[in-house]
Amino acid sequence: MSRAVEEINRRMLRARDAMDRAYTQPLDIPHLAEVAHVSEAHFIRTFKSTFGETPHRYLQRRRVERSMFMLGETARSITDICLEVGFSSLGTFSRTFSEIVGVTPSEYRERAVVNPVPTCFTMAYMRPSSFGEARAKNGA
Amino acid sequence: MYNGINMSQIFVLDQDKARDFYVKTLGLEVSNDLDLGFMRWLTVCVPGQKGRDILLEQPGPPAMDEETTETVRELVSKGATGFTLGLTTDNIQKTFETLKARGVEFTQEPTTHFYGTDIGIRDPFGNNIRIVQLAEVPGTPYLEPPAPKTKASTGKSGR
Repeated sequence: MSRAVEEINRRMLRARDAMDRAYTQPLDIPHLAEVAHVSEAHFIRTFKSTFGETPHRYLQRRRVERSMFMLGETARSITDICLEVGFSSLGTFSRTFSEIVGVTPSEYRERAVVNPVPTCFTMAYMRPSSFGEARAKNGA
Repeated sequence: MYNGINMSQIFVLDQDKARDFYVKTLGLEVSNDLDLGFMRWLTVCVPGQKGRDILLEQPGPPAMDEETTETVRELVSKGATGFTLGLTTDNIQKTFETLKARGVEFTQEPTTHFYGTDIGIRDPFGNNIRIVQLAEVPGTPYLEPPAPKTKASTGKSGR
């Protein structure tokens, strides 16, 4: 039975990698379902059971992570960054960012430090996740 | 106390496929491929760098029970094994094009950072491999962060 689990995991990972490569693009569930060789409804459900969050949430937080990275590493304007990571309005970006990170993009930029590690680690560890938030709330 | 790293390990889900990928596709070479009876000892290395080997280990009994084996296999296949392997190259663009022509799955196409230009790929099982052409800045050690950006520069001075 487990070979089937592996196969589906690998396909979900392939779809998640596709999201990470194209995070600036609108979420394209039909395309991702195709990458994963499953139906759209099945894709969303299976993605969640594999990675613990929906594709939409994964992508939203990937965008926020990339914006955090750009706020810290570049001097680009917040509007530029907002559009660059795939948000279409500054209002939505700022609200989403603040909800997830707890401070506004400009406040975040004030205290941002450049992380001296390869980007793959930033992408893996700095993407705000419900897992990390839960830990922070418990005061760990 | 130590003077080097001689071996590290990657879990692979099929050693024939792994040998095929790591050698023919990725371009490493076989360092050892021995049937020890109780296990197949399969190691690869960067061509010419035997002695800095990567063990391509297939999880399974008797080293671990069936249930543990399944768990390990599931983790590998969902990409949860973290940063598996980092390779360096002196021509990232050429490496990228070569691997692309060989049908490799990319997690990231060539991207330039302060530490160099890198790409990310998956092995057939889900392991994460990074390849980097390190930036050559004399006197700057690897992973030294760039100088802090100048404040007040909120304009469009992007890169």
